[in-house]
Amino acid sequence: MPLIKQISIFVENKPGRLKAMTHILKDNDIDILAISIADTKDFGILRLIVNDPDKACKALKDAECTVKLTDVLAIKLEDKPGGLSVVMDTLFDNQISVEYMYAFFSKQDGQAAVILRVDDNEKAAQVLEKAGVSLLTGEIIGKM
Amino acid sequence: MEKYWNESMECATHNEMRSLQSFRLSQTVRRVYENVKPYREKMDAAGVKPEDIKSVDDLYKLPFTMKQDLRDNYPYGLFAVPMEEVVRLHASSGTTGKQIVVGYTENDLEVWKECCARALTAAGATKHDFMHVSYGYGLFTGGFGIHNGAEKVGMTVIPVSTGNTKRQINIIKDFGSTFLCCTPSYALYLAETMEEMGITKDDIKLKGGLFGAEPWTEEMRQEIQNKLGIKAMDIYGLTEVIGPGVAFECCEQNGMHINEDHFIVETIDPDTGEVLPEGSQGEIVFTCITKEAFPVIRYRTRDIGVLKREKCSCGRNLVKMMKPKGRTDDMLIIRGVNVFPSQIESVLLQLGNTAPYYQLIVDRVNNTDTLEIQVELSPEMFSDTVKSLEDSEKLIKSAIDSTLGISASIRLVEPKTIPRVEGKAVRVIDNRRKKQ
Repeated sequence: MPLIKQISIFVENKPGRLKAMTHILKDNDIDILAISIADTKDFGILRLIVNDPDKACKALKDAECTVKLTDVLAIKLEDKPGGLSVVMDTLFDNQISVEYMYAFFSKQDGQAAVILRVDDNEKAAQVLEKAGVSLLTGEIIGKM
Repeated sequence: MEKYWNESMECATHNEMRSLQSFRLSQTVRRVYENVKPYREKMDAAGVKPEDIKSVDDLYKLPFTMKQDLRDNYPYGLFAVPMEEVVRLHASSGTTGKQIVVGYTENDLEVWKECCARALTAAGATKHDFMHVSYGYGLFTGGFGIHNGAEKVGMTVIPVSTGNTKRQINIIKDFGSTFLCCTPSYALYLAETMEEMGITKDDIKLKGGLFGAEPWTEEMRQEIQNKLGIKAMDIYGLTEVIGPGVAFECCEQNGMHINEDHFIVETIDPDTGEVLPEGSQGEIVFTCITKEAFPVIRYRTRDIGVLKREKCSCGRNLVKMMKPKGRTDDMLIIRGVNVFPSQIESVLLQLGNTAPYYQLIVDRVNNTDTLEIQVELSPEMFSDTVKSLEDSEKLIKSAIDSTLGISASIRLVEPKTIPRVEGKAVRVIDNRRKKQ
């Protein structure tokens, strides 16, 4: 199944935390391909797609960060009006819920791509592929 | 001219009081030895017989009673009368969430009323006054204790209990309350809400108040007095001994007179248990000498204080206890509720996947105590969605709120960020102290 690994990091709302985390990534030569942050009053969750998730995960854990690897879907979109609505239609029709999503540009061809976290990856991958949506794999992403 | 509720007791000479105490002590010890197995076992283990306790001078021979003894014998193990003679139960929270239950016979309730009536009279209350009770009514001793004492005095009692502050103020104004009883922090909160409502101290008839159940400072007293236009008196008590009324302030507002004809007080060195001379700072220890259902013998309060025996300008000869200066254990009093950090630890451990690293941040905002509990996030608890982390917070909050009996805010923090001293986390940051 074309799933990719996303790194989630718990970030307390206090000065210097993001700075510290980006330095860990820099020191370990990790390239950030996509990034998003979910924030609440007291804490945030930093979500990253990187070129080497296992290495990044280990480096962050060694630095006492609370890290988790989660499987997410990466979808290549046509960068035109309605590009995303096909995806949402398909998920809705199949009763799949979206937990969160964020967009990025593929370095390879400058096309739009979306990271999707849904409640049922397997089913989502199946129905999206059937609907003609192209899913990116970890290998392709890593090369981006 | 100072009025007394019971002049013969309150103004008795030290020698008169001493001989009364000795008589009552020897009777109580005999009764407790005969009726309460745990006390008997402890005395036997210490090699003390009831006949060895002839006077107050022999008190030191008796073993101490600790809060743990009360917990170990939950619920009725230390009761000294059959249950059919017990007419009332009250309870206070313990460290493990397990409560301590105390009982009263009809006569015990009379003793309690007497103690509170003395406190109220010393504060200037008479049968012409209206007593507004904002202490909670329930297992907590505050509400019922003051209520019954005020009725004994003949006051018109308004049993408002806690909550709905604006309504309370309307009642104070419309019913013409002249005396107020609540925690000192709630008194200040009432004062502030009054200001917000545009009601001044000239619009109300309050002239006095008795405040207790939590530590307060002289500055708070001044503020309460100025804002409400009343004389604010301290009242001391603990559920294990009887409830409010163990000790009370007189017009001097400098130390609380202990009702010595009912409770013998000692100060001891908390480390060695050695009795200290009156006037030295130490742990306060009480022995009940008139209570029937739940007479504690040499009960260690964990409160640190000083006793002063000197002629008081009010005319009372009862020994005075200066405001407790702290505690020998880690108990916190938050909004009048006893909180032990270990309660939070046991909740976190019961929940399973949280790390037992936490910190309590206690503060006072707008004169109300606040409690924030910072909990270190464990890898097992962490999820990539906000919702599931917020669910975890809610789960911790509801478990902690129901254990402590007060509402706390929960804040998840990154692992290993709570400062540790020699591997042990610093459990409590009490910012209220800085403000005192």
